[in-house]
Amino acid sequence: MRSEPKLSPNGAFSAALLDAEQSIPTGIVGPDGAPDSKRFNVYRNNVIVSLVEALAHTFPAVQQLVGEEYFAALARSFVIENPPKSPVLIWYGREFGAYLDAFPPLSAYPYLGDVARLEWGWLQSFHSADACPLDPARLASVSPNLVGEVRFEIHPACRMIASIWPVLSLVQANRFGGVCSKPINLDNPEAVLVTRPDIKVQLSCLPNGAVTFFNALTNGKTFSDAAALASFDDSRFELEATLGLFLGQGVFTDLRVVAGSNEHGKAIANTGEVGCLP
Amino acid sequence: MQAQHSGTPLLRTAPPWRAGVGLKPEHIPEILETHPDVGFFEIHAENYMGAGGAPHRNLAMIRERYPLSLHGVGLSIGSEGPLDREHLGRLRTLNTKYDPELFSEHLAWSTHDQIYVNDLLPVAYNVDTLVRVCDHIDEVQETVGRKMLLENPSTYVAFEQSSMTETAFLKEVVRRTGCGLLLDVNNVYVSCINHDRQPEHYLQDFPIEAVGEVHLGGHAPDMDQAERPLLIDAHDREVDAEVWRLYEQILRKIGPIPTLVEWDNDVPAWGVLLAEAERATGLLKLAAQPDMTYAV
Ligand SMILES: [Fe+2]
Repeated sequence: MRSEPKLSPNGAFSAALLDAEQSIPTGIVGPDGAPDSKRFNVYRNNVIVSLVEALAHTFPAVQQLVGEEYFAALARSFVIENPPKSPVLIWYGREFGAYLDAFPPLSAYPYLGDVARLEWGWLQSFHSADACPLDPARLASVSPNLVGEVRFEIHPACRMIASIWPVLSLVQANRFGGVCSKPINLDNPEAVLVTRPDIKVQLSCLPNGAVTFFNALTNGKTFSDAAALASFDDSRFELEATLGLFLGQGVFTDLRVVAGSNEHGKAIANTGEVGCLP
Repeated sequence: MQAQHSGTPLLRTAPPWRAGVGLKPEHIPEILETHPDVGFFEIHAENYMGAGGAPHRNLAMIRERYPLSLHGVGLSIGSEGPLDREHLGRLRTLNTKYDPELFSEHLAWSTHDQIYVNDLLPVAYNVDTLVRVCDHIDEVQETVGRKMLLENPSTYVAFEQSSMTETAFLKEVVRRTGCGLLLDVNNVYVSCINHDRQPEHYLQDFPIEAVGEVHLGGHAPDMDQAERPLLIDAHDREVDAEVWRLYEQILRKIGPIPTLVEWDNDVPAWGVLLAEAERATGLLKLAAQPDMTYAV
């Protein structure tokens, strides 16, 4: 008979914590020197309840959509399969969206994964580094023959979540104290821009073609290349309106111009703002 | 608590006979509006490890006016493996950024094999544990560049592998590392009831001269399998009368000491928490005038 590899004291303790079926580790006792599973279960309960609570804090719309009781069971199974790897719980739950996508009992609610991804994006944006949004005047001051060559720096708090579901409507109706005034049409896809120009996270619905435009700019494409790609992808793309939205919501922090082959072929130093007024 | 900073606003020099309060996000608007007269605020370090945004902006405003205590809950000093260097680096960054008057962590572990279980788990009190806990505290104090306070835990189980008492263990940790102690009076009471010991005896053995801060908090009553009382360190209610009584005994012995009221679950309205802190402040003021009689 082969014996199990011997676990260290904390190893045995932690293995039994996340597996309620396991008997409690040997040597763990009450005041009379006898094992007492109810005492050990206090730790089991603390771990699960506190981590379920952390997930409920990060994913309130998912919780509201599936109901508190169902969420507790769902989050519990997620915690057991994906316990945190860091003590910083604002970073716990990145895989929750994918877990919901792949969770068979929820296959009739295929939008839940995107709802979770939007809530995750909201939280990461909330905690992102502070940065001043680009002053639109900076773009206006670029000489017209170089504007097409502009490349933008993306704000650290900026995210984009594109969904085949009305993910923004679902989130707005199920968190931030939202009430659902009219039924949500599940046939409406929504792409959501998450930004935090100052301290408050903003969610905006992206217009036609804006997803392509956003992806191209974040991948380092120039302003004119990104606009061309967006128009090619969706003939309804409106450059001016989309750019106005991006500037207004604080998608960019900076811009630079690297002209291609002409005589201005040097990087135009940005004007080097040192801070922004609160 | 009297660290001086250039341009220190009035409350930054609050004397230790004003109790502090654990900072909860839901209370921040009211705190920033009313500037309550509390001794200091304590934050859980892990809640401020994001890069920016509202938590840091609010904390900076609070820090402008109040002394601050940085209280880590996730470093896992009792881990069998090495400390998480990245996490320790984040603690150092927060220490540098906010320059807190107090800095503390727990005698417990919460990470094993890279899995973080979000609870303060107990250790056996023996030489093996002592050596690694002291190594970890040395590393913390070296990396962060300051003395830390180590908090006594609430425990629900004991270990057959223990060969010394918790107080003897803490005494030896202090002697070897030069760290200070955070005496959580609620944890003393909870652990003593849970292990059928007299809290007074525990406190007699406790290395009280090393105490740099005191915690007060609420616990929830339960029972173990054999129907003996089992107290849960829930931080979800007022401080228990027995804990107040022990706190008074401690104050009589050591005089006023930075004291924090913790309330982390079922967080009440700001006024309720403030009232708890004011009760502690009343006792601290009496302790500052030893001739006065005590009354709770
Ligand atoms: Fe405590």
